[in-house]
Amino acid sequence: MKIFNFKIAAMVIALGATAVSCDKDDDMMVDPTPDFAGTFTQADQMGRPAINTVFVTSGNKDRFNVTTPSQQGAAFQSAFQARLLALNPGYTTNALTFTAAQFTGALATDVLSVNTSGKTTFFDGTNVLTGRALNDDVINTELLLIFGGPTGASNPTLTNDNVNANDKPFLTSFPYLAKPW
Amino acid sequence: MKINKTILGVGTLVVAGMLAIAADHIDAPAVQGGTADITDYYAFQAENTSNMVFVANVQGLIMPSATGAAKFDENVMVEINIDNNGDAVEDLVIQAVPRDGKMYFFGPVKPTAPGITSTVMTGSPLGNVNISAYNGTESITTTSNGSKLFAGPRDDPFFFDFGQYTEIIAGRATGFNAQGTDTFAGSNVMSIVIEVPKSTLGSATTLNTWAESKKK
Repeated sequence: MKIFNFKIAAMVIALGATAVSCDKDDDMMVDPTPDFAGTFTQADQMGRPAINTVFVTSGNKDRFNVTTPSQQGAAFQSAFQARLLALNPGYTTNALTFTAAQFTGALATDVLSVNTSGKTTFFDGTNVLTGRALNDDVINTELLLIFGGPTGASNPTLTNDNVNANDKPFLTSFPYLAKPW
Repeated sequence: MKINKTILGVGTLVVAGMLAIAADHIDAPAVQGGTADITDYYAFQAENTSNMVFVANVQGLIMPSATGAAKFDENVMVEINIDNNGDAVEDLVIQAVPRDGKMYFFGPVKPTAPGITSTVMTGSPLGNVNISAYNGTESITTTSNGSKLFAGPRDDPFFFDFGQYTEIIAGRATGFNAQGTDTFAGSNVMSIVIEVPKSTLGSATTLNTWAESKKK
């Protein structure tokens, strides 16, 4: 009995070796359980669009990507404020009534908030930061908040890039993104 | 058409070579041009309004001629982080890890520990999907709890006249043009799309979410 079990075990091992060595395209092969062991260390992160690109100075972009969001505010708010005032020296408040300190305090913690009920949009004229949908013109929204002043009417040549939609229509159903070019 | 594509390709390379590029494409030296470079992240209510969709794109500015050869990196995990109590620390993660032509998904689940390192939450498999081939069959997996999974090349959904923005920032222009040029038109990304029931994300009315790429 013991020997019999040993033989089966040996056969299983032998079969296993065959399976591992057989061609990837061989349909007869049993799908092996992949190896997911190991520790994965952060390389990049992103919440809202274009935050690292626009607000983080060139020497700090890698550091921003590996600073957890809960620590980003303390680490980056003052640098974000300096960058905002460099981009728009005339900044007072914006359409959200945020001062420079308030606005950059909100931006430095780079998370995308999303509502769990109702419409999800970066900005649609009514809803503000309830998510980010594919067709949201997020750049115009950010330009408006950076350059548009309290009424959104300041610096009109800087608040709209005049690219108002994607180059392919999105799908209404999963996976929502358009097929590749 | 061929000439147009060539010009677009050259223009994109020039722009990419100049400096960091929005939305998060080529945002920082350590990731730019690599397989862990997140280009964009979206979170929105699904067509079925009981579900939430998360999209994370990597490897931006893939020209059509290069899309067939583009691959997800088996040493790169893409992780959706979800904070449902307002402290900007992830309470749940959804992980995507490629292996041998398939993308394997785990979660939503509380991670072993929050922060900049992760292990794969193998005890909480969500499902897997064949990575769709360029211009091949589109693979979508629907799991028993109604989650949907996709991984493969898609049109880059981002749109922006980044070229003119660069001119403005460099002081060579004072504003955008009356007719903008979409710097990302005609280019592809490697896309991961995950749809899950909202009920798997906790009971908060607002979630704070972000995407991470992590390398082994």
